[in-house]
Amino acid sequence: MKLGDDVSTDIIYPGRFMATVLPAETPRHAFADIPQFNSRLLKKEIAPGSVIVAGKNFGCGSSREQAVSALKGHELVVAAKSFARIFLQNAVNLGLKTVACPGIEASEGDEVELTVGQGCPVPNASDSENSRREFSPVRVGGGHVINHSTGGRFDLIPLPRPRQEIMDAGGLIPYARVRLLKRPKII
Amino acid sequence: MIRTVVEKILARASGRSGVTAGDVVEPRVDLAMSHENAALVIHQFSEIYRGTGLDMRVWDPSRITIIFDHRTPAESAKTATNQKKVRAFVGEQRIDKFHDIRGDRGGICHQILPEYGYVRPGQVVVGTDSHTTTHGALGAFAFGIGATEMAAVWALGTALNVEVPGTIKVILRGRFAARVCAKDAILHLIGQISAEGANFRVIEFHGDAVDRMPTSGRLVLCNMAMEAGATSGIVPADEETRRYLREEAGVSDDIECVRPDEDASYERSIEIDVSDLSPQIACPHRVDNVKSVDAVEGVKVDQIVIGSCTNGRLDDLAIAAGILRGRKVAASTRLLVFPASWRVYQAALKEGYLSDLAESGATILNAGCGCCLGVHQGALGDGEVALSTTNRNFQGRMGNPDSEVYLCSPAVAAASAIAGAIADPRKAG
Repeated sequence: MKLGDDVSTDIIYPGRFMATVLPAETPRHAFADIPQFNSRLLKKEIAPGSVIVAGKNFGCGSSREQAVSALKGHELVVAAKSFARIFLQNAVNLGLKTVACPGIEASEGDEVELTVGQGCPVPNASDSENSRREFSPVRVGGGHVINHSTGGRFDLIPLPRPRQEIMDAGGLIPYARVRLLKRPKII
Repeated sequence: MIRTVVEKILARASGRSGVTAGDVVEPRVDLAMSHENAALVIHQFSEIYRGTGLDMRVWDPSRITIIFDHRTPAESAKTATNQKKVRAFVGEQRIDKFHDIRGDRGGICHQILPEYGYVRPGQVVVGTDSHTTTHGALGAFAFGIGATEMAAVWALGTALNVEVPGTIKVILRGRFAARVCAKDAILHLIGQISAEGANFRVIEFHGDAVDRMPTSGRLVLCNMAMEAGATSGIVPADEETRRYLREEAGVSDDIECVRPDEDASYERSIEIDVSDLSPQIACPHRVDNVKSVDAVEGVKVDQIVIGSCTNGRLDDLAIAAGILRGRKVAASTRLLVFPASWRVYQAALKEGYLSDLAESGATILNAGCGCCLGVHQGALGDGEVALSTTNRNFQGRMGNPDSEVYLCSPAVAAASAIAGAIADPRKAG
C-alpha cells in the first residue's frame, strides 16, 4: 500500500471516531477509511513489529493522540522521511516507535531491518510496573534502515535531545510522574 | 541580544535572560486549553498521579479553560458521556473558564479564547488542538499539543522540554483588492511554502497589510499557519491588539506588547505583495494544492460551508450576507452556515446577517465546529464536492473519503453559492 507524502491524522484515525479515546479501544479504527488496510490490521495479517514506510510530513493535521495510540496498539513502527511536529511529539510521549529517515525507499512487502542507536533496547529506567509494561523504550540515537529486498541502506536522523529524554524515561507519563514527585512541597 | 517574538516570550516564561532557536526550555504556561478531548486528558492526568499517593489537583484551575465545541450538542451517547465526565471534573477542580453547550457563552475554542480576553500578548498558550496557533494573532506564543502532554501541563504548570523554534518572517505588503482577504493571503503562502514548509518553526507576520488588518483577519493568518506545519503563527502585538482586547474582549488591565527586535535573526524572510492577489482556492486533497480562482472557476459544488475557527466570525458573515442579500442559493447546491460562537451568532442576528443568509436559502447551524471535521452534521455523499471556508481538505475530512473539499474565503463561498459552482466574487456584483 502506497500512501505517499502528507498522510494526515484524518487518514490514520478519522475524526468521526474521536469520541473513542482509550488506548485499548482506538486500534480498531486505525486507517478506518482504508478498509482493506484496517481489516488486515485487525486480522493481524500485518504482523506486530511491521514497519510503515512513509513519505514526508507523516501525521500532519489534527493533534488527536488517537492517531498515535491506534498505531501503537498494533505494535507498528513508523519510518518516515519526516514527521509533522505534533504527531512526532505524541509518538514520543506515548512510546510509539518512530524513526525519521529522509532517504528511505521501500515497497509493500519489502523486508526492512531497523538498527537504532547503540545497545538498543536500553534498560528501562522508568519507575513502575505499569510503565514497564506500557512502554518499550528504544534509544533512537542515530542508526540506519536496511531494505534487504532492494539492498538500500538509509541513515536515520537522531531524535532531538528533549524528545530523547522522554523516550528514555519510558514515555511522558512516567517522566511527568517523576517530576511531580520531585516538586517542592508547599507547606 | 537581538530576539524574535517567540525568543522573548520563551526567555521570560522560562526565567532566562535570553534564549535562541534550538535551546531547550521549560516555560511556565499561562493558559491551557482543551475541548471535548479533555476526557482523554483527564484519563492521562490520573495515570500520572497513579501510585504517587498525591491528591489529584490541577496546578492552577484559573489557567485552565475547557470549551465544548467539536460535537455540540452531542451527536452520540459516547460523546455525551465524555462531556458528562468532563463536566464532573470541571466541578471538582473548580475550573471557571468552562464553556458548556450554551447559547450565551458557547462556541469554538479558537473564538472563545480571544472573545473572552483569555489570551494576552506575551503569553505561553497551549491547547489540545492543532489550530491553537490561532492565538498568536494576539501576540502570544500558542501551540498545539497532545492530550498526554496537556495532562503533564495540568500536573506541573510547565511545558516540558520545549525546543525554541526558529522563526520565518512573512511580510505582507500592499492593499487587498475588494473581496480578497487574509484567507487568500494565507492560502497563497501555504501554496508557496508547502504543507510542511514551516514544520517546527514559527511564522511571524509583518508588513503594512498586517498592520492595517483587524484582529479577525490576523486570527485567520495564525489559524492557518498550522497548515504550513508551523508550531505557531505570531502577529507581534500592536495598537490593534490593544483595541481588540479593550473594545471587543472587555479587557481592562494593562496590555504589554512584546515586539521583535529590529534586527532579529530569522531563518528566512518571505515577502508577498497582496495588492495583485486574486482569490485563492486550496484544491483536493491538500491544503498546499493552491490555485487562483480562475483555474477552477465553474467546478460544480454540492455543498458550501461558511463557518469554523478560520472564517466563522462576524466580519466573515457580513461579507457573505453582503453578497447573498436579496439573491438565492442555486437549487443545485446547499449552503451551510455555522458561526464561530454564540456571541457571533447573536451579533449576526442583530445585524440581520442571519436572516439575509436564511432568506437566500442558507441553513443556519448552531455555533461550533460543525461539519469541518466530519463528525457532526453536514456529511458529504459519495462523489460529492464541497467548497468550504474551513482550514482542511484532507481526504475524508468531511466524513467521507469518497468526496472532495475545496477551501476558500467567505466571499468566494458566497459568490459560489449563487452560481452553484466555484465563482470569482469580484464578478458577483
